[in-house]
Amino acid sequence: MKTDIAVASEQPDTGRRQPGFAALFSGPAGRSLGLVIALVLLCVVGVITSGSLFMSFDNVMTILRLASVIGVVSIGMTFVITGGGIDLSVGAIVALASVWASTLATQTLATDTHWIVMVTTALLVGGGCGLINGLLIAYGRMAAFIVTLAMLAGARGLAEIIAQKQTQVVTVDAFVDFFGADVLGIPVLVVIFALVSIAGWVLLNRTTFGRRTLAVGGNPEAARLAGIKVKRHTTLLYVLLGLACGLAAVMLLARTTAGTSTHGLLYELDAIAAVVIGGTLLSGGRGTIVGTVLGVLIFTTLTNVFTLNNLDTSTQAVAKGVIIVVAVLLQQRVAARNGST
Amino acid sequence: METSTETRLTPEPDATEPLLRMRGIVKRFPGVRALDGIDIEVRAGDVHCLLGQNGAGKSTLIKVLSGAHQPDDGTIDWQGERIRIIDPQAALDHGIATIYQELDLVDGLTVAENIYLGHERARWGVVARADANRSAAGLLRRLGHPEIAPATEVGRLSSAGKQIVSMARALSHEAKLIVMDEPSAVLDQHEVRRLFGVIRELAAQGVGIVYISHRLEEIREIGDRVTVLKDGHTAATGLAAATTPTSEIIRLMTGRAIEYAFPDRPATPPSGEPMLAVSGVSRPGEFRDVTFSVAAGEVVGLAGLVGSGRSEILETIYGARRSKAGSVTVGGRRLRAGSVGAAVAAGVGLCPEERKSQALVLGESVGRNITLASLTRFARGGFVNRRDERRAADEQVAALDVRPSDVERHVRTLSGGNQQKVVLARWLLHDCRVLLLDEPTRGVDVGARSEIYTLIRDLAESGIAVVVVSSEIEEVIGLSDRVLVVSDGAIVHDGPAAEIDEHAVLDMVMEGKTAA
Repeated sequence: MKTDIAVASEQPDTGRRQPGFAALFSGPAGRSLGLVIALVLLCVVGVITSGSLFMSFDNVMTILRLASVIGVVSIGMTFVITGGGIDLSVGAIVALASVWASTLATQTLATDTHWIVMVTTALLVGGGCGLINGLLIAYGRMAAFIVTLAMLAGARGLAEIIAQKQTQVVTVDAFVDFFGADVLGIPVLVVIFALVSIAGWVLLNRTTFGRRTLAVGGNPEAARLAGIKVKRHTTLLYVLLGLACGLAAVMLLARTTAGTSTHGLLYELDAIAAVVIGGTLLSGGRGTIVGTVLGVLIFTTLTNVFTLNNLDTSTQAVAKGVIIVVAVLLQQRVAARNGST
Repeated sequence: METSTETRLTPEPDATEPLLRMRGIVKRFPGVRALDGIDIEVRAGDVHCLLGQNGAGKSTLIKVLSGAHQPDDGTIDWQGERIRIIDPQAALDHGIATIYQELDLVDGLTVAENIYLGHERARWGVVARADANRSAAGLLRRLGHPEIAPATEVGRLSSAGKQIVSMARALSHEAKLIVMDEPSAVLDQHEVRRLFGVIRELAAQGVGIVYISHRLEEIREIGDRVTVLKDGHTAATGLAAATTPTSEIIRLMTGRAIEYAFPDRPATPPSGEPMLAVSGVSRPGEFRDVTFSVAAGEVVGLAGLVGSGRSEILETIYGARRSKAGSVTVGGRRLRAGSVGAAVAAGVGLCPEERKSQALVLGESVGRNITLASLTRFARGGFVNRRDERRAADEQVAALDVRPSDVERHVRTLSGGNQQKVVLARWLLHDCRVLLLDEPTRGVDVGARSEIYTLIRDLAESGIAVVVVSSEIEEVIGLSDRVLVVSDGAIVHDGPAAEIDEHAVLDMVMEGKTAA
């Protein structure tokens, strides 16, 4: 017996497409549109205050090169946050990986064999730290905040011990040559960032892994009862971010030609900020790679504009803080209008 | 207020000014008129029942009453005076308290702290704990539950206990009107009895009660008057709760004369090789030595009180809890204990008790919720083929008649019945052979229930072994081929549904006795 009952929801205003201007901001592309506008505004400010200096190809590449390291970390962070987690230890992992990959022993081995040894080392160290984080969080049932806070302290401490608080200059020329080169005029670092972004987008939006990440972040209990191995998945998310940190360490080694335990300071804050202003929900269940990339670009462009105008880093920090608050406030209003918070 | 008891007993409609009179209440949301002219009168000492299907406007109406929503039109008279309820605090100040379905208690605080949350008993900013505990104890005594200690942490209380604490909180605001949104939904029959006792006591003290429930039989028992809402209108108000015929109430709710009915059972009960065989499964403290089997095409119902172990049995079969003894086999193959993955791979599906928190990813679309358990089927090398996925989801939505039939829609915007269909669709898509249903019609309105029942029977006829758990004994009996009665963690009866009635089951459930 089929009965013809009304199916109107209890909250009739949710889930409907709003007509007009608001609709532009409602879709996943629309949320990014706000960020694009912000980025364009920043560029306009850059052009007005610094003119051709800002718009020069070299300067644009400088911005992108600056963005690439933190960008790779932020892509990884997007996965962890979308999956309902948080990682405060990324900066420390970057430092540890950079130091480990540039010790005398590693570099000697790299000189004797191939520079890929340094890359492998950094990735293994990063992935290993991520694995420890993931196992403790998923199987040890500890809070992500606490575990990664411990890793933040521990990894940077270990980096200091290994480096004996010295800066380790990279002497493997082939390594520096490879990562310092240009491909069709575009720095290799920027190419890596672009590739990681594309891979991240595909992974999040087109694969079962990405779909499960959204489910695990959105409702872990429902995901578990739907047969998804939530603990294993959570662990993999932290490993993924660890690998991203390892890669970032490689890029940083190439850019600065040195490994030190002070690399990656405050990366955790920059990455989380970029992810959040990009539109990924801090509580998990919704993530956007495009938003994260735009978030990273906004922050680095901001830094660039400030630097070109000889403004100090303290002013920059204040501006960053304001941007984070304003961006998240705007997003909340858009989300509230869509009824999909 | 001293005459209130008499007012209740002598039905003289306009002898006294009603406690609350709402006239022509209109509330618009973008694109919808959620309330379109509601009239309702509640008298002191009355238990006034509010009926209506999901979407009829019950929730919106009580939100207007509690100050959470502002009406766009209409008037509210409170004890003869025109008032505006500008926010929840104003409602409380007037003495209107609302107890929502999702109880808004803080688990980490004590009973007394919860009762006085927001209006703490304090002296110079220091909470007067002893004073609060003493007053809380007084309120709990008044509610007939002196056994709840004011210093207990609320998180340790049962749902029923929390319900009582919420009522005590309402009383602490000296509420003259208490609105209760489906208070019985989380209670078993025994606890509902006690709740009714409390409600009667409050009504006798002159408190007006607005009582919302999907269960007609409860309304018959506890209600004085009934108001039926339909599509934001008042379909009828002031009906006598005890005497208005059921068919009349259903007609008012649906606009048609229907009664929800159970689909016919097959004449010959399905038999043959058991699809699901549970043998000697135990979990100390929850249930022991549970043995039963379900044939393909058979519906087996588990009846029992909340806490009898019935939900735990389902979750253990599913691997969400690890059994300490015994075995579960599906299609002749033994499942690894405590592994949801193994159960799902073997074709077992669970529609859990708490649909929203355990089954659905609310922020995701209908389609993605349906395909969640079968993603690998649409994936090659980890990449999801979205066209195949979409087609499969569309097919399920059409087959189960999910409305609106839009797979892109957020699942949170669907009604309870349609959300349940989404969960069922997930397992149908997974080609499950054993379907475990825990409270399949909780939060599903009367009209949609028949649909769910028919669906479950259709699924069984397609060869799925179905196990149903429900607090509503009528539902277990009506839906099943065979009924198992669980009492105190053990199966005390196993027999054909046609040979047992509600009273017999109740007897066994309450007494733990085996049928002679």
